[in-house]
Amino acid sequence: MVNLIIDNQSVSVPEGTTILDAARQTNIRIPTLCHLNLGTLKLDNHVASCRVCVVEVQGRRNLAPSCATPVSEGMRVTTNSRRVLSARRKLLQLMLSNHPMDCLICAKSTDCELQSLAWEFGVNAQAYPHGERAVFPIDKTSGALKRDPSKCIMCRRCETMCNEVQTVGALTAFGRGFNTVVAPAEMQPVVDSSCVYCGQCVSVCPTAALTGVGYINETWNALFDPTKKVVVQIAPAVRVAIGEEFGLPAGQPVTGKLVAGLRRMGFNAVFDTTFGADLTVVEEAHEIIERVTKNENLPILTSCCPGWINFLKYQFPNLEYMPSSCKSPQQMTGAVSKSYYADKMGIAPEDLVMVSVMPCIAKKYEADLPEHRHGDLRDVDYVITTRELAKMLKESGIDLRYMPDETFDDPLGESTGAGVIFGATGGVLEAALRTLYEEVTGNDLEDVNFTAVRGMAGVREASITLNGRTINVAAASGLGNARKILEKIEAGTSKYDVIEIMACPGGCVNGGGQPYSHDRVEVIEQRIKGLYMIDGWQKVRKSHKNPAVQRLYQDFLGEPGGEKAHELLHVTH
Amino acid sequence: MPKIRSYAQLLDAYEQFRPLLSIRLNGQDVPTSERAILVCGGTGCHASESQQIVANFKQMVEDRGLGDTIHVSMSGCFGFCEKGPIVKIYPDDVFYVEVTPDDVDEIFESHIMDDRPVERLMYQDPAHKQRVAAQHDIPFYKPQQRIALRHSGLINPEDIREYIAVEGYQGLGKVLAEMTPEMVIDEMKRSGLRGRGGAGFSTGQKWSFARGYESDEKFVICNADEGDPGAFMDRSIMEGDSHTVIEGMAIAGYAIGAHQGYVYIRAEYPLAVERLKIALEQARELGLIGKNIMGSGFDFDIDIRLGAGAFVCGEETALIHSLQGERGEPSTKPPFPAQSGLWGKPTIVNNVESLANVPVIFTRGAEWYSAIGTEKSKGTKVFALAGQVNNVGLVEVPMGTTLREIIYEIGGGIKDGGEYKAVQTGGPSGGCIPVQFLDTPIDYESLTAIGSMMGSGGMIVVSDQTCMVNFAKYYLEFTVDESCGRCLPCRVGTKRLHEILTDITEGRGTEKDLEELRELSETICDTALCGLGQSAPNPVLSTMKYFWDEYVAHVKEHRCPAGQCQKLLQYSVVDEKCIGCTACARVCPVGAITGAVKQVHTIDQSVCIKCGACMTKCKFKAIINN
Repeated sequence: MVNLIIDNQSVSVPEGTTILDAARQTNIRIPTLCHLNLGTLKLDNHVASCRVCVVEVQGRRNLAPSCATPVSEGMRVTTNSRRVLSARRKLLQLMLSNHPMDCLICAKSTDCELQSLAWEFGVNAQAYPHGERAVFPIDKTSGALKRDPSKCIMCRRCETMCNEVQTVGALTAFGRGFNTVVAPAEMQPVVDSSCVYCGQCVSVCPTAALTGVGYINETWNALFDPTKKVVVQIAPAVRVAIGEEFGLPAGQPVTGKLVAGLRRMGFNAVFDTTFGADLTVVEEAHEIIERVTKNENLPILTSCCPGWINFLKYQFPNLEYMPSSCKSPQQMTGAVSKSYYADKMGIAPEDLVMVSVMPCIAKKYEADLPEHRHGDLRDVDYVITTRELAKMLKESGIDLRYMPDETFDDPLGESTGAGVIFGATGGVLEAALRTLYEEVTGNDLEDVNFTAVRGMAGVREASITLNGRTINVAAASGLGNARKILEKIEAGTSKYDVIEIMACPGGCVNGGGQPYSHDRVEVIEQRIKGLYMIDGWQKVRKSHKNPAVQRLYQDFLGEPGGEKAHELLHVTH
Repeated sequence: MPKIRSYAQLLDAYEQFRPLLSIRLNGQDVPTSERAILVCGGTGCHASESQQIVANFKQMVEDRGLGDTIHVSMSGCFGFCEKGPIVKIYPDDVFYVEVTPDDVDEIFESHIMDDRPVERLMYQDPAHKQRVAAQHDIPFYKPQQRIALRHSGLINPEDIREYIAVEGYQGLGKVLAEMTPEMVIDEMKRSGLRGRGGAGFSTGQKWSFARGYESDEKFVICNADEGDPGAFMDRSIMEGDSHTVIEGMAIAGYAIGAHQGYVYIRAEYPLAVERLKIALEQARELGLIGKNIMGSGFDFDIDIRLGAGAFVCGEETALIHSLQGERGEPSTKPPFPAQSGLWGKPTIVNNVESLANVPVIFTRGAEWYSAIGTEKSKGTKVFALAGQVNNVGLVEVPMGTTLREIIYEIGGGIKDGGEYKAVQTGGPSGGCIPVQFLDTPIDYESLTAIGSMMGSGGMIVVSDQTCMVNFAKYYLEFTVDESCGRCLPCRVGTKRLHEILTDITEGRGTEKDLEELRELSETICDTALCGLGQSAPNPVLSTMKYFWDEYVAHVKEHRCPAGQCQKLLQYSVVDEKCIGCTACARVCPVGAITGAVKQVHTIDQSVCIKCGACMTKCKFKAIINN
């Protein structure tokens, strides 16, 4: 242990602790901006670029960045001397002097870390009103990720996330001096870069330099168009997170209230993406059985996450044949709505607008892919994030807290516990195992909880023996962890048969479209808990037992893996 | 040439190659018919066709079949760049300046063939207008003591035999044959050598830290990313004496337990890169680097890595990132490179000039070395003397030499009879030193005490014609351009400093700006991430300290006392002197001057662009500026 004195208080901390962490243990709060440590999510950004956390260390010539300075024995630290406070204030003024200051019309307003800091410091005037600003064009080329580099404060969190955690390598500092900015290599448009749209950079960006491309206006226009029937689907992870935007605790499920709110906004029908998830499980189980029985093309990789599929395409093109051919739950729900449901209701597909509410940025990109179109018609017309929906609800005066609990519309409203846990890492795999067991053995599965594949560890593995054949499975979240598994597959040292991969650490609950949790990792854990709680409440917890799914096969699709199912629910990667 | 397999064989080689230099080293003892012609091959002279001068001499020698007695060779930089290209004739010890390829005929016919040195090409002492024949009699060289530059202008850097003939590789040979790494480090510590890159950290101490960390791999990096404006000490050493850098690195490698070295050199130094490559190839061929050096069992090899020219890559952590193929930007210390450097392994980063001092510390001993210099700063320091002095060039003087000696004796005083105003040492990180400190004996501590720093050795002299606000602005412009952009205070802070200075020099400055300038400078010094950012405001702070009146004149009176800030100038006609010749009106590019013939002219201030053409044109001194 190392003993030091911070603001006249004695502190004892393990060697290697930073001054910042030591101070926090003593409830001394040092302001930070670029610093971010997400613990179990494995992001540790300590580039010490903003210098806002500087403190005075006795005997040291200059101020020390507390986030990147390890403690030493006998150190005497002052965190709030005049010298420190003046320096911090000056630094913040410098930061603001190169910022657009358009807070009123900024997407991040009230959720911006720079804004909060300026408010805390009581900044009430511009120090360098005539100073030049570094201005860059906005990039919305991908239709998913929006880059507004003029708002970049060079905290480098996105870069650390993209390169070290996700190993995507799409973002890097570019240029020099005053015109330095984080961007794809050579400032190329995002759409031409290796960006997979996982949106994790958006989650960690302290300002609005990185956000999602918004589709709020398009959604309102559709809702107010009398010639259109507008249906909406909600992804599993949305229901345990959107409450946070209304002051509810993280992880508290608000499914019924959300359905009620959406109806009041004017949606003609409210569907559950979880229905699509159950459908995915049935189709995917069929595919797994086929591939395992033939013992070819293994392992099979899940295909629900478009960020992950992009990663595979860009980084491991030789393995592109490996994922399941199943569309994602969003796209299955879209495809079934525009065929089965439209048919049933007598609505022409071109008059039906499908809006999906996703915790995700990549879903925006996915919905626009050519394989999810029929001519000019998209299976999913607009993808809005959890955050965008919260804004729309607020705009229309709907406070979720006071909504009654309502149920989803038929026929894409019925779901199971298996479908709900898709929103957490390991959930797809667990759902698949529940169905696989019963389909292969013909027996009833009594304990549906496969806890070995749950949790926040980067990779979890398990095995299950079905009719004498041991199936080895693994679930990984975060693309850095995916890379480790893929490298094993390439090297021929992987023993797995089925692998679930989610691009975002923790799964969709931590998607790039979710309410900002900033440095509170426990929020992600609470959301996961919320999903398993819903699963526990459900009467039906196996996807193939979803009565609505069963009806869909009877009335419309025929057999799982059959011709019609293939046409509507599968793609070739 | 056969490989040198032991220290004894190296000493044999020394004896064998010694005669190559006999004309140069022991002039009097050789038959007078033999001569060596050395032509400076440093970048400056190179650019002034010194290559052609060598070729012309060689052609003449060949034409006359004198190859056995007349030896023409290119050498490293003589340092007297003001007067280049330089040609030196041995054993006569005649030093020719400003030689052109056309002069070769005359030198050859008159001096070589006829023993009549060409007087018109000798250096002329401006004081008494006399021609000086010998190098050591030239005032520029008299106070100098050359250690780092000891072989520049003496040996051909592209011939390893000549390096061996001046005791080259004997430091390494001795170290490998007779000393343990601990003894080497101890000797270094006793020598008192401190880093010549700027910060002045004890080289021996640095090595000892790196030695102390256990690791399967360690590295030696030579920092040849010289970037201060006007500085070219390291370039000249590498161009003139590449082997000494290689030898220094190998000794460092042995001391810390490294087997691989890298020279990180900027791509803008093609000649130095070329010479280094040649030297490495020759050293490898002779077994002086590579596996089992001189039979000692010690392996050490060196690779060259080119930098793309970012100033910040001279900062050691940024350099290491760049070397690893990453963006060249610094990171927070600790950890220091000695603990976790290249690829996370213990690494020492030493500057070229520091390394050039190493071999001689081992051939002549730490006692000899530490006898030179001041109490805390040992040895010599090379400076690139530039700016408004008569003799610009490379000078090497013992620590403790005064600025006055350097500027007035070596530098020959201020150009065009101007008055000394300040000297900027330490490049963009340093400060301006005013006249009251001219007699300060310079070393690391004394320069810091007067608000500047040693730095890598840039020394820019300015006269009373220079506006100090504008001068500070020039350095800030450099820092703004060269900031890596990583930390906020440097990225945005230096930009704001530059903007404020621009306002002041263009007449928009206020007294509040001066306050802001000081506060912002202090914050940047206090909070920037690396040494470059922390020292970026130094030119502002030191000029504010010593030339405050100039700042005040700019903001209060909107006047530039040195008359350099164009936007603050006001040209006016002195009525009594104007004869109405109309010359000024005709030369004015914007038609700001009106007046009839033989009538007093007037300048319309709202139109005038302050180009000064009228003032230059007026024969009657009737146009003045404030």
